[in-house]
Amino acid sequence: MSDATGAHELDASGLLCPLPVIRTARRVETLAAGETLVVHASDPGAAHDIPAWCRVHGHQVLACDTDAEDRVTVRIRVGGSE
Amino acid sequence: MTEKRKALALISGGLDSMLAAKAVLEQGVRVEGINFFTGFCVEGHTQAIRKADRDKPKRNNALWVAEQLGIPLHIEDVVEEYKRVVTNPQYGYGANLNPCLDCKVFMVGKAREWIEQHGFDFILTGEVIGQRPKSQRKATMPVVAEDSGASDRLLRPLCARNLEPTLPEREGWVDREQLFGFHGRSRKPQMELARRWGIEDYSQPAGGCCFLTNPQYSAKLQDLWSHRGTREYELDDIMLLKIGRHIRPREHYKLIVSREEGETRFLEGYRKAFPHIRTISHSGPLTLVDGQPDDSDLEFAARVSARFGQGRHAERVEVEIVPPHGGRARRTEVEPLAEGEVPQEWYV
Repeated sequence: MSDATGAHELDASGLLCPLPVIRTARRVETLAAGETLVVHASDPGAAHDIPAWCRVHGHQVLACDTDAEDRVTVRIRVGGSE
Repeated sequence: MTEKRKALALISGGLDSMLAAKAVLEQGVRVEGINFFTGFCVEGHTQAIRKADRDKPKRNNALWVAEQLGIPLHIEDVVEEYKRVVTNPQYGYGANLNPCLDCKVFMVGKAREWIEQHGFDFILTGEVIGQRPKSQRKATMPVVAEDSGASDRLLRPLCARNLEPTLPEREGWVDREQLFGFHGRSRKPQMELARRWGIEDYSQPAGGCCFLTNPQYSAKLQDLWSHRGTREYELDDIMLLKIGRHIRPREHYKLIVSREEGETRFLEGYRKAFPHIRTISHSGPLTLVDGQPDDSDLEFAARVSARFGQGRHAERVEVEIVPPHGGRARRTEVEPLAEGEVPQEWYV
C-alpha cells in the first residue's frame, strides 16, 4: 500500500514491540534503496525501537511522531548499505 | 591480506552478551547480532501496556546494545517454532516452566542456520560456566554445541579459556589469550570488564529476560494448559497471561480483569474474541471471560468484575455484558461481590 506521496505504508497497530520492528524489517527487505516507508504503530516503544533499528541498519529516519493517542508514525528512507 | 572473519552474536540485551560481542569485535572480527522473539520475552511489553510504567524507558535493550557496539541486529520471530521447546522440552524445565537448556540449544541452532545462510564463520554467546544452575554448567556447554549443530563453531568468549579451543581459536580467527576464563555466579568479573571498557549503562533485569522463569506467569500458563486439556497455544494466549488479574471462579471459565487504564486499552483489542463485561454506572475494569460460560456464569462474572470498580461498595452496579464476534450487548444491574467473596484460591 502507498500513501499520497508514493511512500509505502505499513500498519503495525495493535502489535507490541518487538513485532513492529520485525514487520518493519521484513517490509524494508522488499524495498529498494531510496524508497520511503511509513510505519504506523500503537506501542509507544515503537518510537524508540524502530528508529534504533534503522540506525543500526543504515536506514534514515525522516520523521518520528507520537500523537496524543500514543499512535506512533515513523517515516523511513531505505538505505543502500544492506 | 587475510579475509576478515564474520561472527554472529546472540544478543539478549544484557551485559554478558554485550561483553562477549565486544571481546570479539576488539579482535577485528566483523560481528552482527541476532535476537529471538519467542513471545515470552519480558522486554518492553508490560511497560508498554501498563500506564503506571509509562515513564520508564521503553528501549529495546538488545537494540540498544547493538547501537552501543555499532553492529547490525537481526530480530527474528520464532514464536511458532518455539512452541515445541516450551511444550515438550527434551531436557525438562527449571524451577518453573523455563526450558532453559532446550531454549539455548534452540537459539544456537537457529543461529547456526543463519550463519550457514549468510556465509558467516562462527557464533558467539555470552554464556559463562556456572552462571546459571541449569543451562550454563560445564556439563551442558557441549550439549548446546552438539545438539544445536554448531559444534566447534560456537565460541563463548567470556569463559573460553575454561573450555577446549574452538575452531575460531584453533584457526587463529581470534586470539584465545585475549579471551576470558570467567566462571561461577559472581557478576564481579563482568562488571570489572565493563568498567575497563567504559561501559557504564547496561540492563540488569531482576527476573531475567523471559516470563517462563516467573513463578506467577508459569502458574497461569499451567492453568491454561490444564483447563484446555492441551499444551497448544497461540501468541495471543501467552500475551494475555502477562496482563490483568486472572480469576477462575469455576473450572470452565476464567476472568481477565484489567487493573488500570493501559491494561483496559490493551484488552479492548481482544473484545471481539471473548465475552466481555464493562461497568456502566461507575468507572471500572474491562473484563474478558475465557472459557465456556453460560448466561448465569456471565452474570456471576459481572458481579466479580464489579468488585474491582469504583462501585464496589454500591448496592447495585449497572454493567454491560457483550458476547463475542459483535453479538448483541445486554445491560443489567448486579450486586458487586463483597471483599471476602473473592477467595484467594480463585486467583490464578
